[in-house]
Amino acid sequence: MAEPMGFFTDTSVCIGCKACEVACKAWNQLPARNGGKVQLSGMSYDNTVSLSGIQWRHVKFIEDFTPDRSTGRWLMMSDVCKHCVRAACLEACPTGAIIRTEFDTVVIQQDVCNGCRACISACPFGVIEINPETNTAMKCTLCYDRLQAGMVPACAQACPTQSIQFGPISELRQRAQQRLEQLHAQGVTQARLYGHDESILGGLNSFYLLLDEPEKYGLPSNPQLPSTRVPAAAAVSTATAVVLGLLGLVGLRKQRMDQLAAAAKQGNDGE
Amino acid sequence: MGSNMAENHPVAFRWVAEAKRRGAKVVHIDPRFTRTSALADLYVPLRSGTDIAFLGGLIRYVIENEKYFKDYVVNYTNAATIIRDDFQDTEDLEGVFSGLKEAPQGTNQKYVYDNATWQYKRVAAWDVAKAREEAKKAATFAEMIQKMVPPAAEKDPTLQHPRTVFQIVRRHFSRYTPEMVEQICGTPKELFLRVAEILAENSGPERTTMMVYAMGWTQHTYGVQNIGAAALLQLLLGNVGRPGGGILALRGHATIQGSTDVPTLHHSIHGYMAHPDARRNHDTLRDYMLTETRPTGFWANLPKFLVSYLKSMYGDAAKPENDFGYDWHPKIAGDYSFMASFHAMARGEIKGAFFFGQNPATSINGSLIRRALANLDWMVVKDNFEIETAAFWYKSPEVERGEMKPEEIKTEVFLFPSAQVAEIEGTFTNTQRWIQFHEKAADPPGDCRSDAWFTHQLALRLKKLYADSTLPRDEGFKNLTWDFDYDPGHYPTNTRIQGEPDVMKIWREINGFKTDTGELLKGFGELKDDGSTTCASWIYCGAYPEEGKFLPANRNPDPDDKPGTHLGWAFAWPANRRILYNRASADPNGNPWSERKKLVWWDATQKKWVGYDVPDFPATKAPDTPAKPGAAGMDAHDGKSPFILLPDGKGWLFVPTGLQDGPLPTHYEPVESPVPNLLYPKWQINPIAKIYEHERNQLATVGDTQYPIVLTTYRLTEHHLSGAMSRWLPWLAELQPELFVEISPELAAEKGIKNLDLVRVSSKRGSIVAKALVTPRLRPLTVNGKTVHQIGMPWHWGFMGLAVGDVVNDLTSWVADPNVMIHEAKALLVNVEKAQ
Repeated sequence: MAEPMGFFTDTSVCIGCKACEVACKAWNQLPARNGGKVQLSGMSYDNTVSLSGIQWRHVKFIEDFTPDRSTGRWLMMSDVCKHCVRAACLEACPTGAIIRTEFDTVVIQQDVCNGCRACISACPFGVIEINPETNTAMKCTLCYDRLQAGMVPACAQACPTQSIQFGPISELRQRAQQRLEQLHAQGVTQARLYGHDESILGGLNSFYLLLDEPEKYGLPSNPQLPSTRVPAAAAVSTATAVVLGLLGLVGLRKQRMDQLAAAAKQGNDGE
Repeated sequence: MGSNMAENHPVAFRWVAEAKRRGAKVVHIDPRFTRTSALADLYVPLRSGTDIAFLGGLIRYVIENEKYFKDYVVNYTNAATIIRDDFQDTEDLEGVFSGLKEAPQGTNQKYVYDNATWQYKRVAAWDVAKAREEAKKAATFAEMIQKMVPPAAEKDPTLQHPRTVFQIVRRHFSRYTPEMVEQICGTPKELFLRVAEILAENSGPERTTMMVYAMGWTQHTYGVQNIGAAALLQLLLGNVGRPGGGILALRGHATIQGSTDVPTLHHSIHGYMAHPDARRNHDTLRDYMLTETRPTGFWANLPKFLVSYLKSMYGDAAKPENDFGYDWHPKIAGDYSFMASFHAMARGEIKGAFFFGQNPATSINGSLIRRALANLDWMVVKDNFEIETAAFWYKSPEVERGEMKPEEIKTEVFLFPSAQVAEIEGTFTNTQRWIQFHEKAADPPGDCRSDAWFTHQLALRLKKLYADSTLPRDEGFKNLTWDFDYDPGHYPTNTRIQGEPDVMKIWREINGFKTDTGELLKGFGELKDDGSTTCASWIYCGAYPEEGKFLPANRNPDPDDKPGTHLGWAFAWPANRRILYNRASADPNGNPWSERKKLVWWDATQKKWVGYDVPDFPATKAPDTPAKPGAAGMDAHDGKSPFILLPDGKGWLFVPTGLQDGPLPTHYEPVESPVPNLLYPKWQINPIAKIYEHERNQLATVGDTQYPIVLTTYRLTEHHLSGAMSRWLPWLAELQPELFVEISPELAAEKGIKNLDLVRVSSKRGSIVAKALVTPRLRPLTVNGKTVHQIGMPWHWGFMGLAVGDVVNDLTSWVADPNVMIHEAKALLVNVEKAQ
């Protein structure tokens, strides 16, 4: 396998220009929603609303002001598939459509995907959706085709402020650590890295520098694989089965009692 | 300040982000909290249109706290110069300068200034009229200019004389206190003082501060003075002509710099030479030279630039005996700016119009413009799509409302499809004056053609049409050189488009060549005033110094470490110089002010100026060179005068000539303002402002209760200008699909407006509907005890294309800055209510 490659997204220099969204759509030939004729979302400057089968990059805008404006921030973050080292989607996919590439990225093979949607519910970040044109599950491929040709992914190439950086994960981690230390030295104490180490799903090959808690950006602080929930889920299922069985018995008994009661009544009537 | 760089110049903002990574502080002063504010270290709100009060406050702070760069100010600015005894300041006349008089008819102004009293006090009496009479008799242009040299100006290097520029500036801004700033701008005093401290700490020998502006400063009836205030402040702090300093003008779109250089301006010809003007003393070539040439300083070379320009216009027909064809050159006779032209169109005085890359149907006072368009006999629109201007006659709101009927509109519309930028080759000039060549990527589809193709073909056809004319008035057009066809056998073979001009031939004319040998010129130093050189644009001269060597195509950046001036990347006019007036980066003795900020310095052993940039100074003029008394041109300056284009070689804190509305920036309110002018109660607005009278150009009164809210208009990253290049593209349309109005939660609560509600926004000119975007990024300000609400609207929308919406400019008015005739779209009065 080649060296693991990925994104480091430094949200502290994101200017919310959405060049990544457009570059992604242009390279991957993804359509605009409803041909571009859509309504204002009313959610700050975000009108693409979420990641989807046709929206593989999505810039979030978070307006965070106190009522008196004594403090105020407008956080921006370009969201994308995290290319998890332990990827829930890959684990859930029943057809083997989702693979790990030689770059340690996670890609859905479109000719194998049958649109079963297992990966959609498995992903803890809500990254994957069905592309209505193909009826298959789609998400960022980390520009697998460009990577194979030795090119930088379209979004990273288009980002004007180098908020989205592409490169070998080991190098990106170093760069991220330096940037974090610099920000801390400048007094931005809330700055933190997200997904840069193994603590989150074995590491995210698309990791972030955030300026606040992950929840502020709509990111789970402790995302889980579906398989880690299997024992608990199994226990719940067993318990459910027991309860259902008991209820069934109760129901049968009630039915029997009712029949007896009815028969008794009939008997009485006959008298 | 006055700009939203992250949103409107995201690609250039990469360098701000980079500077931030290296520890630079970013301060954003703006009525709205924008994507630029989000990246700034400090955001400072102010009321739209009060920038001069804010900057004036900073000027006062810097002077009163002695934070100015004393050595720089004394040596490199006109601080020490003494102004005439009869000059009176706004402090003397309660808000106006001496020289105010009633405006002549037809200027759309109430008053104008006579600037005679704003001049330097001379050491000897000087009669300009008499000097001019004498000069007219001179044999050569050089001799003529020599006779126009005035006596030296009086100076007091101690800056103590009460009529020195320094003391006048000090008195002028003495009332711009932090408290006054708070009361006018609505900016909390503590925040203002923090800005002042950051600015002062970050200026001096070791450090420089850059000011970045855009339409937030220009689009006011005192737009030029906004920038003048910044220039004054930067000169006081020693931040001009030095790396990391200066004032960065962010341009409205690609190659706006190029289009003013070349130019498409109505009042200047190439290279910022004044357009021959019937209203000025420009009757003959000599009159023009006498009126326009500044006899001392670099502009003394004007005759060389102008004669070479006339040679480029009329070629061999331009001869010394016919004044190089000067009499053929068109003269302007009035205000031909955008608003003045549409004002004339509204009166039915204009018959036809060409609109290239422009969409006036969604421009200022849109309804009035669309009605004016209906007065045309014909119009040509050349654009990528059928934009609002081309469709005004059947789809405008006036037609929808039944106020105009398509069958009654006589205007014949010719819509020509246009090529996109990737489909043409040519150069772009950016705000740093870099001329950069770009190649063509693909042929345009169908009948789409470049603007160059269209203009070339039109010119060829017109030339043919006029070829047989014997009318004297057509002589100039007949003599106009137009030889841009490719040489036979040289037309490119990799295109199906025929009839394009040869762009390198156009460049040959712009760069200039020797008329006898045809040899390309290596720089404007070679220009002559005898007709032996031709050059359309002296400032671009040297970009194409020899065949096969076209510097705008250069792509050799400096290595990562140094020196960072990138002289091998493209060509920066003039003379590939990256920082203008860079002599100021060295101290009066020619040594760098500091190691950290060194750029250009005097090398005593080589006896010349050296450094990382092309020195903006005579190459071998030593710092201790004295000025030659009575000399013309550069000899009039000593070796310590970096501002070579100015007659005295000094940066002007006080501007004696060139500005219509005063030698110093002064706080006036926008033409439509919710509050009275606190500093000058007698003069609410710029007394020289242009106001174009029309029944559909009504203005709200001061504190108008019907229109109490300040509206500021702007652009978004996701769209471009009127949307002609973005609203038709699905990928961009979906990013900002509908028109909205940004409203603070406080105003929304007051008006019962919820997020996404439809609201009606009305001004004295029009009324439109938009969706509410309620956001804490906008905030009410307390202005002199009164709550002032500000709302914001992006103006990208119109009635054609994928993403449609009302025209925000239907609210704006025809009022203008008197210097450059820009409109006031950043501060106007409106009302907002929930739409029914």
